[in-house]
Amino acid sequence: MSDLPKPEESLSKLDHEPPRTGWMDAPVDIRKGMYCYSANPKSLNYTGFPHAREWNPIEDDWKLPENWQEILHRGFRERLDRFRSVKVFMDICVRCGACADKCHFFIGTGDPKNMPVLRAELLRSVYRNDFTLMGKILGKLNGGRPMTENVLKEWWYYLFQCSECRRCSVFCPYGIDTAEITIFGRELLNLLGLNIDWIATPVANCYRTGNHLGIQPHAFKDMLDFFVEDIEEVVGVKVEPEYNKKGADILFITPSGDVFADPGTYTAMGYMLLFHYLKERYGFDITWSTYASEGGNFGFFTSHETMKRLNSKMYAEAKRLGVKWILGGECGHMWRVIHQYMDTMNGPTDFMETPVNPITGTVFENAKSTKMVHIMEFLADLIKHDKLELNPRRNDHLKVTFHDSCNPARGMGLLDEPRYVINNVCNNFYEMPANTIREQTFCCGSGSGLNAGEDMELRLMGSLPRANAVKYVHEKHGVNMLSCVCAIDRAALPTMTEYWTPEVDVTGVCELVANALVIPGEHDRPTDLRGEDLPGWAEPEREETDAE
Amino acid sequence: MPEVEFQGKTFKVDEDGFIDDYNNWSQEWVQFVKKEEGIEELTDEHNKVIDVLREYYEKNGIAPMVRVLSKVTGFKLKHIYELFPSGPGKGACKMAGLPKPTGCV
Repeated sequence: MSDLPKPEESLSKLDHEPPRTGWMDAPVDIRKGMYCYSANPKSLNYTGFPHAREWNPIEDDWKLPENWQEILHRGFRERLDRFRSVKVFMDICVRCGACADKCHFFIGTGDPKNMPVLRAELLRSVYRNDFTLMGKILGKLNGGRPMTENVLKEWWYYLFQCSECRRCSVFCPYGIDTAEITIFGRELLNLLGLNIDWIATPVANCYRTGNHLGIQPHAFKDMLDFFVEDIEEVVGVKVEPEYNKKGADILFITPSGDVFADPGTYTAMGYMLLFHYLKERYGFDITWSTYASEGGNFGFFTSHETMKRLNSKMYAEAKRLGVKWILGGECGHMWRVIHQYMDTMNGPTDFMETPVNPITGTVFENAKSTKMVHIMEFLADLIKHDKLELNPRRNDHLKVTFHDSCNPARGMGLLDEPRYVINNVCNNFYEMPANTIREQTFCCGSGSGLNAGEDMELRLMGSLPRANAVKYVHEKHGVNMLSCVCAIDRAALPTMTEYWTPEVDVTGVCELVANALVIPGEHDRPTDLRGEDLPGWAEPEREETDAE
Repeated sequence: MPEVEFQGKTFKVDEDGFIDDYNNWSQEWVQFVKKEEGIEELTDEHNKVIDVLREYYEKNGIAPMVRVLSKVTGFKLKHIYELFPSGPGKGACKMAGLPKPTGCV
């Protein structure tokens, strides 16, 4: 971040005045800090993507295949036939502009091509020209334009400046899902080998090892063992996670970021403590998998086929182990894939049961088709039935707010459960303004595979609306902790707060839960899971019976 | 892929200056990154970090999480930043010849 201007300077440069020239006549200017590196050909080859090659977005020659226009045209045609939604979304937009100022990237960059309507228009213009009668006859008069190399570059630049968060879709009177347009556009770009590396390499890793980071089974266990040791130090109990256990009741799947990157690692410790507690108290039987070791699915940012391929391991592993259902961790886009695609993509499953909480008897009817329950639903149910001994006072040094992660909020309607959980484990909870939370939540600015290092200006400016709301509750209520239920959030939001609101730290919700959870056999816990002293936490008086 | 030449050796690097292949690592590479990072003198502490990273990578095929690196070397994160101004990933891992981690990190 060292070469970025100070926040005040970034703000003063921000300009929403539209340019005087028409958008079709404004050529694309691919600018450093706003784009991600091109895909490593090795990674594309690994998953069998076509036209893998070295190319550089800021060079003129993108080394496109000779017949690239034909490939793209055919790809467009096939998808119009295959996805009714795409055809409808191409046709029905009336360009009312309701979405225009709803995008965090438009708010943060002021670039008109980041207005969702215009970003989609980049594709629609080619659609009109190539696939509609009026467009063929009237051309530019009807808003059509032919596909050229400059148009392609513009697609690439702006389709990787959309995080598929779908905030704009909430405001569209026609219900156009603009994320689907980006998904569609990126799928076309992948036909020409035009992916970004921050997506392509995790996809290849995931295909090879089961997770985005490329963690092999022995290393996965090694990482969890490390948490076992840390938990023993901080809490004084030895947790014993199960791995690949055949016949376990439940399979647990969470993003690999949780076992690798801070502060997600403390969320992972939170899961482990929760499962230990439930095992001790109620004989809860859950297993981790070193194969289905990724909740996230960067294939979703690539193509439908890749998404399906990477997602398939979840059911495959559930079948192999013979579990009854799957519990999913704190991940964002994982839940859109599960909620909106998984059942028809890799299901339906006939080898699992409608999930039942073995401790409360609650039947998760909502998960009847996918057999996957969100850990927040599971926790809310446990708390509602008074199955957890909680001491929220242990989180008293925190003033917490909650960032609705885009996909759980808008992609599956998970809005109240996290709040119910947080309110039961924390005494100080403050909501950000209403138009920045729940269905209207603002993206972290780094979703859909854009959380690389080289596009930092894009990420930070895209996070401005979210950061602004965080700043508001920080100044009004003294909020010092931003909680979330997504691994990209946990990776991206600390960078955001460091830049815009350095007084605020970031946590997963399960970390807050584990800090409040009273574990059978625990020793005094004057620190939190991070090993930091709990301010104002009085050391309980010790009986000096064994003093010399 | 761009190439860099240093002390008579040629290295292929990615956009962020990470070496293309762990096996092409050498002492000259270490010296090159030292210069790039603006590290004045390589101490035993630098070498300890590099040794831990390489040993872990050889065993696991991935860089260790920062907390593991910190625990095994006994250096707090702040100290690792003092040793490698660009941090454990872009500084230390680069010098040790490891690839960049990608994903939700």
